[in-house]
Amino acid sequence: MKLRELAHSRTGDKGNISNISVIAHDPAQYPILEKYVTAEVVKEFFAEIVKGDVIRYTLPSIGALNFVLYSALGGGVTRTLSLDAHGKGLSSALMNLEIPLEE
Amino acid sequence: MRTIRIGSGAGYSGDRIEPAVELVEKGDIQYLIFECLAERTIAIAQQAKMKDPNAGYDGLLAQRMEAVLLGCKKKGIKIITNMGAANSIAGAQKIKEIAQQLGISGLKIAAVTGDDVVNVVRDGEYTILETGEKLSTIKDNIVSANAYLGTRPIVEALRDDADVIITGRVADPALFMAPLLYEFNWSEENWNIMGQGTVIGHLLECAGQITGGYFADPGYKDVQGLARLGFPIAEVQEDGTFVITKVPGSGGKVTLATCKEQLLYEIHNPAAYITPDVVADFTGVTFTQVRENEIQVTGGKGQPKTESLKVSIGYVDSYMGEGQISYAGPGAVNRGKLALEIVEERLNLIGVLYQELKLDLIGIDSLHGSNLSKTDHEPYEVRARVTGRTQNMKEAVRIGNEVETLYTNGPAGGGGATKSAKQVVAMVSALVPRSLINYKLHYEVI
Repeated sequence: MKLRELAHSRTGDKGNISNISVIAHDPAQYPILEKYVTAEVVKEFFAEIVKGDVIRYTLPSIGALNFVLYSALGGGVTRTLSLDAHGKGLSSALMNLEIPLEE
Repeated sequence: MRTIRIGSGAGYSGDRIEPAVELVEKGDIQYLIFECLAERTIAIAQQAKMKDPNAGYDGLLAQRMEAVLLGCKKKGIKIITNMGAANSIAGAQKIKEIAQQLGISGLKIAAVTGDDVVNVVRDGEYTILETGEKLSTIKDNIVSANAYLGTRPIVEALRDDADVIITGRVADPALFMAPLLYEFNWSEENWNIMGQGTVIGHLLECAGQITGGYFADPGYKDVQGLARLGFPIAEVQEDGTFVITKVPGSGGKVTLATCKEQLLYEIHNPAAYITPDVVADFTGVTFTQVRENEIQVTGGKGQPKTESLKVSIGYVDSYMGEGQISYAGPGAVNRGKLALEIVEERLNLIGVLYQELKLDLIGIDSLHGSNLSKTDHEPYEVRARVTGRTQNMKEAVRIGNEVETLYTNGPAGGGGATKSAKQVVAMVSALVPRSLINYKLHYEVI
């Protein structure tokens, strides 16, 4: 199952750091996100893009995870050569993550 | 129960104006806030001010004020904005001029200054937070340095009966918290109420991003009436509990999901969101649906503020040249790839001096690289894009030129070539002791 079926997401940027929220559509499914969408999984998913660490913060009260991706924006929003300087589309990319569950 | 209603009239400098007018006319608000300063805006404004001492404030300031000033004056709505950018005093004078043209009298406009600390950082020994290098390494290229001020100057201006307050760099949430400190006499050392106030400001500061903007994903997250997207209102109680809503009948929606996405927008550690006023903790925030388009928010907390303030420094980093050209029909992808190969080889043959070069095929791999973009589908059209970083404008221009020459010197059927070159003003940050940063208030009265 794709992560998109379980969660929605928004990307934010600060300098060369991107943050990506992963929020359960249904808070009852939050434990699935916590189990499968780990910092390691996200780092591996973005291996080609994210050069630094990935840190995960949990917010069970709203059924959400927050990932902070270091060295993720081609040197920083204000100097990168990337078309999407802010990395706005990274959250959409992550929605493609395969979660090992049947639909 | 007494409540204060605060409207968010802009989420960035180029934002739509009509939702702010709608808030004034139908929002039943007491405060209208325009947050218009992105990270780099102030550095570019500073460059404009160096050319013209009367420039350096937001380019849409006049248009926004012409649209809302009369309505705000009639209804007693106070305006708070960071549209002063690099020149809040000139901005205040412009507002005065517009008020006079509109026939308004009895208006007090406050300009906040003191965020400009370029002389402080030029003389001091500071470390660049992003790289760990000394700030002195970019000293000669610095164009701006602005400290993030907090609520204090705005609260003082409100106590001085200002109707319009225009600032330069102020932490975005502070623009929204200041009227609450003033109205409810919140203590600026009540860290939990300051934390909850930060939640209010953070949720409102991007305007339409909490009312259904930047949210729609057809079939998954549908939003009605986006063309008429309304901007948010926070209705705040004395204990900090608040409801996010919007003008009835406006487009968009306020839901648990839109609020959650915005709570985490541009947040790193949600337990320690550092602002000049407080280190806010969002981990206990809860959202409750009261009725349609009304979400109640509680649970923001805080810890004492930090000893230093963040300063955002703009400097001339490099130059960037870019060119794009499109290919369509059978073989479009291979012709696009060939175009990129030709440009790279040709730039080297003619000796264009670049430090970094990026070759993209828009429609294939330009956003997320080759792995994440893998697909079996062969697109009908692609757009080749070449971008390079150079040390001067002359070399930057040569990059786009060699994309354009593909018209007659490249693969078949290239069309729609564009080129551009620009100076890159980049941003870094540093921490500066609070004792070196002092705000001032300047008033214009009619």
